[in-house]
Amino acid sequence: MNANKVLDAKGFACPMPVVKTKKAMNELESGQVLEIHATDKGAKADLAAWAKSGGHELLDQAEEGNVLKFWIKKG
Amino acid sequence: MSVHAMTAKEVARKVIQKESFFILDVRNEDAFQDWKVEGDNIQHLNAPYFDLLDGVEEILPQLPQDKEIMVVCAKEGSSIMVADMLSEAGLTVSYLKGGMKAWSEYLEPVKAGDLKDGGEMYQFVRIGKGCLSYMVVSNGEAAIIDATRMTDVYLDFAREKGLKITHVFDTHLHADHISGGRAIAEATGAVYWLPPKDAEEVTFSYEPLEEGKDVTIGRTTITIQPLYSPGHTVGSTSFIVDDAYLLSGDILFIDSIGRPDLAGLAQDWVGDLRETLYKRYKELSHDLIVLPAHFMIIEELNEDGSVSEKLGTLFEKNHGLKIEDEAEFRELVTGDLPPQPNAYQEIRQTNMGKITPDEEQQREMEIGPNRCAVR
Repeated sequence: MNANKVLDAKGFACPMPVVKTKKAMNELESGQVLEIHATDKGAKADLAAWAKSGGHELLDQAEEGNVLKFWIKKG
Repeated sequence: MSVHAMTAKEVARKVIQKESFFILDVRNEDAFQDWKVEGDNIQHLNAPYFDLLDGVEEILPQLPQDKEIMVVCAKEGSSIMVADMLSEAGLTVSYLKGGMKAWSEYLEPVKAGDLKDGGEMYQFVRIGKGCLSYMVVSNGEAAIIDATRMTDVYLDFAREKGLKITHVFDTHLHADHISGGRAIAEATGAVYWLPPKDAEEVTFSYEPLEEGKDVTIGRTTITIQPLYSPGHTVGSTSFIVDDAYLLSGDILFIDSIGRPDLAGLAQDWVGDLRETLYKRYKELSHDLIVLPAHFMIIEELNEDGSVSEKLGTLFEKNHGLKIEDEAEFRELVTGDLPPQPNAYQEIRQTNMGKITPDEEQQREMEIGPNRCAVR
């Protein structure tokens, strides 16, 4: 999937993956896609819930080894 | 203002003493709905941390002025962040050290009663998850029943009291938590007992638990009599300890009974479950004190935090023991079952020795409540 920006949040524990995602998202335009890489398992449920509550769209997610990948479209 | 890191032990004392306090749970809504810190006088507010990144002003009106506030999250990181923000807003707050992870792993040892000649029965209350395990103590020796994977707690407890652990039992192959039985037996040289019908696929050696194979702890013959009591699993075995206590495993709880479906055979085992509860248990002395392997709701805790009740009282009060109609019973235990425990298949595989997840994976597998009962 094509992303406008990639955020590396690997190695960070909760709440940092969401904090960093929110910050990175602020720099994007509506409709643009942010790709996030994280290793904290809690990010799975939390990024999905955060996207929903913030009006963004979680387009896809994948697991590659220990790395969780998310693609979120800014609302 | 600095925030106080409240330990799981402190919180457990508060829950047992029914203290009144307020929990701000900052996990996502699903996690909160699934499982939380519960107590008779605890009030909750669920406000996910990711909705508070821009500030806590919105929730301030919902927080009490006159009550102790504790912030809770999964591991502690987010709760520290939110607690700091509340502290900056002028509130005095604490956070749960280690989060729900620590809460799930905390064991509170409670003395459940005395045995002959100075022997003692201890109950280890895993208050966050509702699991109960036991240590039978007599004359410098100890037996452990249904140990959790937090094996250090039992080993340290025995060391402090100068006890040699000689026997370790599991009443059945657990599906809700990872057993520490085998690890304790390996660390101490104790004998590890399992019901053979639950252990057909295990990858390690064990001593088969069978009726008539009584075990003696200490010199004063505290006997542990295995009683075959299938239903939750096909091998489920209860123990009568010192003619005074009935360790009922996951067959009979205080306010509920075991569910027969976690090994996939509800329809086959419902008859066994009924036979065990309505015939085998009924024939036992009703003065026996029942010590189950779980509690489901905090109301099942006694004043001192222990979980126990006379068998006779349970026959009067436990709904699951009072269903005369067999079809109705069948419907209760196979019809509308609660969701299965998290990762219960993987937990069973782990307890059989077929897979060996690391500690972090074991934690993840055990997340959530136990859900071994039907009410």
